[in-house]
Amino acid sequence: MTAAELGRGLRAGKFTSVEVTKHFLGRIDHSGKQLNAFITVTPERAMADAARADARIARGEGGLLTGVPLAHKDIFCTEGVLTSCGSRMLSNFVAPYDATVVERLAGAGMVMLGKTNMDEFAMGSSNETSWYGPVRNPWDGTKVPGGSSGGSAAAVAARLVPVATGTDTGGSIRQPGALTGLTGFKPTYGRVSRYGMVAFASSLDQAGVLAQSAEDAALVLGAMAGHDARDSTCVNAPVPDYSAGLGRPMKGLRIGVIGEFFGAGLEEGTGKAVRTALEAFRAMGATIAELSLPNLPLSVPTYYVVAPAECSSNLSRFDGVRFGHRCADPRDLRDMYKRSRGEGFGAEVKRRIMTGTYVLSAGYYDAYYLKAQKVRSLINADFKRAFGEVDVLMGPTTPTPAFAIGAKTNDPITMYLNDIYTIGANLAGLPAVSVPCGFVDGLPVGLQIIGPHFAEERLLAAAHAWQQVTDWHRRVPPMFA
Amino acid sequence: MTLTRHDVEGIAELARLEISEAELPVYVGSLSSIVGFIDQLSAASTENVEPMAHPLENQVQPLREDQVTETDHRDRYQGNAPAVEAGLYLVPKVIE
Repeated sequence: MTAAELGRGLRAGKFTSVEVTKHFLGRIDHSGKQLNAFITVTPERAMADAARADARIARGEGGLLTGVPLAHKDIFCTEGVLTSCGSRMLSNFVAPYDATVVERLAGAGMVMLGKTNMDEFAMGSSNETSWYGPVRNPWDGTKVPGGSSGGSAAAVAARLVPVATGTDTGGSIRQPGALTGLTGFKPTYGRVSRYGMVAFASSLDQAGVLAQSAEDAALVLGAMAGHDARDSTCVNAPVPDYSAGLGRPMKGLRIGVIGEFFGAGLEEGTGKAVRTALEAFRAMGATIAELSLPNLPLSVPTYYVVAPAECSSNLSRFDGVRFGHRCADPRDLRDMYKRSRGEGFGAEVKRRIMTGTYVLSAGYYDAYYLKAQKVRSLINADFKRAFGEVDVLMGPTTPTPAFAIGAKTNDPITMYLNDIYTIGANLAGLPAVSVPCGFVDGLPVGLQIIGPHFAEERLLAAAHAWQQVTDWHRRVPPMFA
Repeated sequence: MTLTRHDVEGIAELARLEISEAELPVYVGSLSSIVGFIDQLSAASTENVEPMAHPLENQVQPLREDQVTETDHRDRYQGNAPAVEAGLYLVPKVIE
C-alpha cells in the first residue's frame, strides 16, 4: 500500500498505526539485513510514536500522514538516535537535535522506523562507499540500488517502509529512484530546509522524497517543505497544496526533450522506454519539441569542481575535537587532525576532499573553481532559455539500468558519469523527478522530468498523469511481493 | 595534467588527511584522472560570464534582530565530544 492509501485506511479505522508499524517492522526484520538498507532500526520509538498517532486519529485530529511509517536517510539528524551519515567518522554520533525535515514529518504524525544506509557523506552513486557496506538492489541482489540515497530507495522498493526521505546533491534521489523503480522527487533548491541535514555541498544539497507514487511524493513533500528561519537559504514562500494540483490535465503542456540526453552513452532499452513515455504524453495532449542545451555536457566536470570544493570546506569541521572519530594517542594537534580524518573518512570522501582542496588552492582557484562557477552560469542560462520555450524538460534519469556491485568502484570517472543526466538540475537549483517508465532485462529505468524553479506542482501533475495511464510504479520486486 | 606523488602529499597536508604509503599511489592515479577530466572546462568560452555561486537569484540573506535566541545545550553537545573536562573540549598540548 502507498502512504496515501495507508493514511486513508488509518483515518477510516480499517487498521491502526500500531498494526501497520508492526507489519513494516516485521518486514524490516525479515529482509532488512539481506538488503543492508538500514543502519539503525528504532522499533521502541516507532511503537511509541504509533500509539500516539492512533490516539491522535481517535481524537479526530489525524492528518493525511498521521500514523504512516517512514524512514529517514541517515544524513538527517534525529535527536537521541545515531546519525552516522554512512561514515566511520560519525559512527558514534548521537544527534542532539532533530533536523527540520524530521521535526516536520514527526509533527504530521508520521512514525519513524529507522535510519537508512547511504553513500558516505552522500558521496557516491551506488551506495558502495558506505562504512556500513553496500546496499543491494531489491530487483537483483547482485546489482547496486544507486546512490547516495540507496538505503532509502531499497527500503521503499522492497516495501520495508512505505516512503523515505533522501537528499539530492547531484542525483542522489532521482538516480536510486530510477534504478529501483520509485518516484524520486528533488525539490527546488531552498524549498526544503537543510537545517540538521549533514552538509556535503551547500549550494547543491536539497532534501526530497523516495516514494511509491507521485501522490505520495506530493503528500510528504507538502509536509516537509516551507520556510525555516534556521536555514538562511530556505526560501520564504508559501507551500502550495501539492496534492490538490495532481489532477491537472496534460493537454497543452509544452514538453522539451533534451537532445544532449540521447547521445552515445544512453543504453538502448532505456532510451526506448523514455521515447515510449514521451509518446504517451503526446497522446495525452502535450506537445513535444526537441531542444538543445549545448553547455549541459559540461555539467559533470563542473560539478566535480564545485561539489568537492564545497565538501572540502564543509568537512573541515570534522577535526576530532567536538564530535566524531578521534584517533588513539595523538602526538600533537596536527597528528590528531590528520589521523582522525585519515581514519574517519573512507577513500571516496578523502578523494573528494583532496579534489576540492586542490581546486581551491592558490594558483588553481581561477583555473578551476572560478572557471567552473562561470560554466555553471552558462548551464543555468541554457535551462533558462529552454524554459522560455517549454513548461518542462524530459529525458532519461540514468544512462543505464542498475549495474553490478563492484563494477565501477575502481574508476571514479566512470562512476561519476552515472549522474550525467541528473547533475544539471542541481547546478541550476531546479526541481526534478524520476518516475518509473519500464524495465530493461528485469531492471527498472526512469523518466526524468525537470521544471523551472518552484514548478513542483507542474512536475507532480505530470508524474501523476503518467502514473494514471501506466502501472510501472506499482510493480514490486518478486522477492518482496 | 598529471599530479605527482609530491603534489598529492602537499594536498593531503593542506586537507589534514593522513594518507598511508599504500594509498598514496592510488590517489596519485585517481586524482590525476579527475584533474584531467575537469580540465575540459578550460575549453569553454566564458568571457564576460559572471560566476554563479548560488542557484537562486535575487535572493537576499535574511537579517534578524541581534538578540540572544539560543538556549544553552553545552552538556548535551559535549556528550558527543571525544574528551571534555569542566565544560571545556580537550586537545593535545599545543603550547609547551
